[in-house]
Amino acid sequence: MSDTHASSVAFVRETAIEPAPPPATETGLIKWVRENLFSSTMNSILTVLSILAVYYLLTLLLPWIMNGVWDASSIRECREKLDGATGGCFAVLAERWHQLVFGRYPQDSYWRPMLAFVLMFAAFAPVLFSNLPRKLLIGTALFPFVAYWLVWGGSVLVPVAVLLGFVAGYLVYSRLVDQSFAMGFVGGVVAAILFWWASGFVVTEDASFMSLPAVESRDIGGFMLNLILGVVCLSVSLPLGIALALGRQSSMPIIKFFSVIFIEFIRGVPLITLLFVANVVLAYFLPPGSNFDLILRVMIMITLFASAYIAEVIRGGLAALPRGQYEAGDSLGLDYSQSMRLIILPQALKISIPGIVNVAVGLFKDTTLVSVISMFDLVGMVRGPILASTDWNGVYWELFGFAALLFFVFCYGISQYSQWLERQLQTDHR
Amino acid sequence: MKKSIFLGTLTVAGLLAGAAAATTLEDIKARGTLNCGVNTGLVGFAAPDANNNWQGFDIDLCKAVAAAVLGDADAVNYVPLTGKTRFTALAAGEIDMLSRNTTWTFSRDNDLKFEFVGINYYDGQGFLVPKDLGVTSAKDLDQATVCIQTGTTTELNLADFFRSNGISYEPVPIETNAEAIQQYLAGACDTYTTDASGLAATRATFEDPSAHVVLPEIVSKEPLGPLVRHGDNEWGDIVRWTLNALISAEELGITSANVAELAGGTDNPEINRMLGNEGGLGEMIGLSPDWAKNAIAAVGNYGEIFERHIGENTPIGLARGLNAQWTDGGLMYSPPFR
Repeated sequence: MSDTHASSVAFVRETAIEPAPPPATETGLIKWVRENLFSSTMNSILTVLSILAVYYLLTLLLPWIMNGVWDASSIRECREKLDGATGGCFAVLAERWHQLVFGRYPQDSYWRPMLAFVLMFAAFAPVLFSNLPRKLLIGTALFPFVAYWLVWGGSVLVPVAVLLGFVAGYLVYSRLVDQSFAMGFVGGVVAAILFWWASGFVVTEDASFMSLPAVESRDIGGFMLNLILGVVCLSVSLPLGIALALGRQSSMPIIKFFSVIFIEFIRGVPLITLLFVANVVLAYFLPPGSNFDLILRVMIMITLFASAYIAEVIRGGLAALPRGQYEAGDSLGLDYSQSMRLIILPQALKISIPGIVNVAVGLFKDTTLVSVISMFDLVGMVRGPILASTDWNGVYWELFGFAALLFFVFCYGISQYSQWLERQLQTDHR
Repeated sequence: MKKSIFLGTLTVAGLLAGAAAATTLEDIKARGTLNCGVNTGLVGFAAPDANNNWQGFDIDLCKAVAAAVLGDADAVNYVPLTGKTRFTALAAGEIDMLSRNTTWTFSRDNDLKFEFVGINYYDGQGFLVPKDLGVTSAKDLDQATVCIQTGTTTELNLADFFRSNGISYEPVPIETNAEAIQQYLAGACDTYTTDASGLAATRATFEDPSAHVVLPEIVSKEPLGPLVRHGDNEWGDIVRWTLNALISAEELGITSANVAELAGGTDNPEINRMLGNEGGLGEMIGLSPDWAKNAIAAVGNYGEIFERHIGENTPIGLARGLNAQWTDGGLMYSPPFR
């Protein structure tokens, strides 16, 4: 071994070799493509087929979108401008967008629903994001009244009186609730009703005070109507659903009985039937000329429908909690409402989030069913007035595509929020 | 004793309530607007335009009645109704009249307790075929595939027609007009059948309308007209004679352009009676003497309304056909104003 020294070998490496770049097939894009798209024969075939399918769709879609005509007064003018080429007739959106979004709302008042829409985000923020200051919840409580006043108009006294009625009821409730919950509850309700009854005289006397031009419910339509129905019905049905779910688990037989009957009955009836009841059947029972607002009737029906579904979702959450959680509440000496509020519901609702969001998205899309009872929501507007005008009869893809796009944006937003919320609350028990 | 007083009071209250229940005409005058039930959207017949103003053949009848009753053609409250909600809305008193391309049938008139006051459009079921099919008569449609809306009277009419002519067909059931157009243009069916006015409106939306024809056979009777509730004949008369005034106006040559001039007095006694110069006709139906003049001035005569919304110069391009005046070989025939 002694002859192996420096003078007998040609070269001795004295520094480390520079790290070579990884082989081209093991890095960057190529690696990703190899691993994800061409990892096996079957996957390669599927990839090629998918690319062909995407290419085919794009060759159909892109010219249709890029060649689209945005400036025309009728479908015939669109076709003249296209002159046989493929292209969408988006001029219908340019001309009728206000009907699609606002229905037959007065055109000079569009700022009112827009303002209500913007305020809605401000009002929902403290509810949706728990790291915002809690004082913002006051704004949330005021929002329904402000929004009603903005959208429907009329004297500001009406929503103010309703709001003050709630305040009066709450004050009485908080006075009496120390003695017993039932007494507080009944007292609060009576106080609120008395207040509303009394304020009726003031409001009718001075109906023009700070009044916005009133808009009739019939003129509220387009996507705005879907949004109003979706937001209102969901917000009201969530507490109702929680109450029903707790009622169904209650040990008091009457409450349990009514909750079960209600939930099973509503879930056993299609929404469209309830809407027909709201629209058609109620008209027979109410005296002629009575003014029970159609939107309100529809809201009540959709709310009842949604609350039954939400109740079942939340019951699933309640059932998933180990028995020990209930017993822990009892052993701490908490009463029913405290243990529900502090221990059971926070956990049950957390588990229920995906189910609730599922109901929410479904409900939001179901609001388009009101087009069947001749309300001009987004779909009703497309199928009725716009497709029935001599100018735009025959434009289908553009209009329904637009409707689908609007709904997708909102539903996707809801589902993204819920996923964020789940990450925040760490529902997976890691 | 006490009981009888109570019952007596109830009776008196009931009688008073009955006496106080105003007629439809009084209700409308007190309200200041006419509640008119219309289609949620039918090409040429009823649809709001981009500015939310309702336009169409059926709409103009609402306007004419409002002009006759209230003197203002814009004093109309349009209540859009679907085929499913229209009759309950009328029966429940939500609307005063229904002007919504409704076919006058025995059961609707009697069983549903409505009163059809006239016919403003004679429709009927027809067939739309591509020209290159080479068919000139519906009787040549043996073995044809037919696109047909399910659950409608058109389905029954079709079966009757093919059976009575001893030819066979293959139905392609579809749900909506939009679906029918797609199927028809894609060649899934040889012919599409529905009301002839609907076929004309559908054909007008095609890229090349001239490549399609509506066959001459009309296989059903679909008389469309306005209707009111049973129980107030005076109100029904007002709607009936407003429609008749529009039809008579065309026959007598009264148009929206010359009605003001003719109302000044003419040598034709019927025109004078109609426009309120003679005879006191307005008084007889509880309206002002110039009721018919107001109606015609607002929307024009029947022919003008037809030409404006669905006539040959519109994209829909319907010929007068059965809807021409009886003097021109059609069925439009108004009883005399006398």
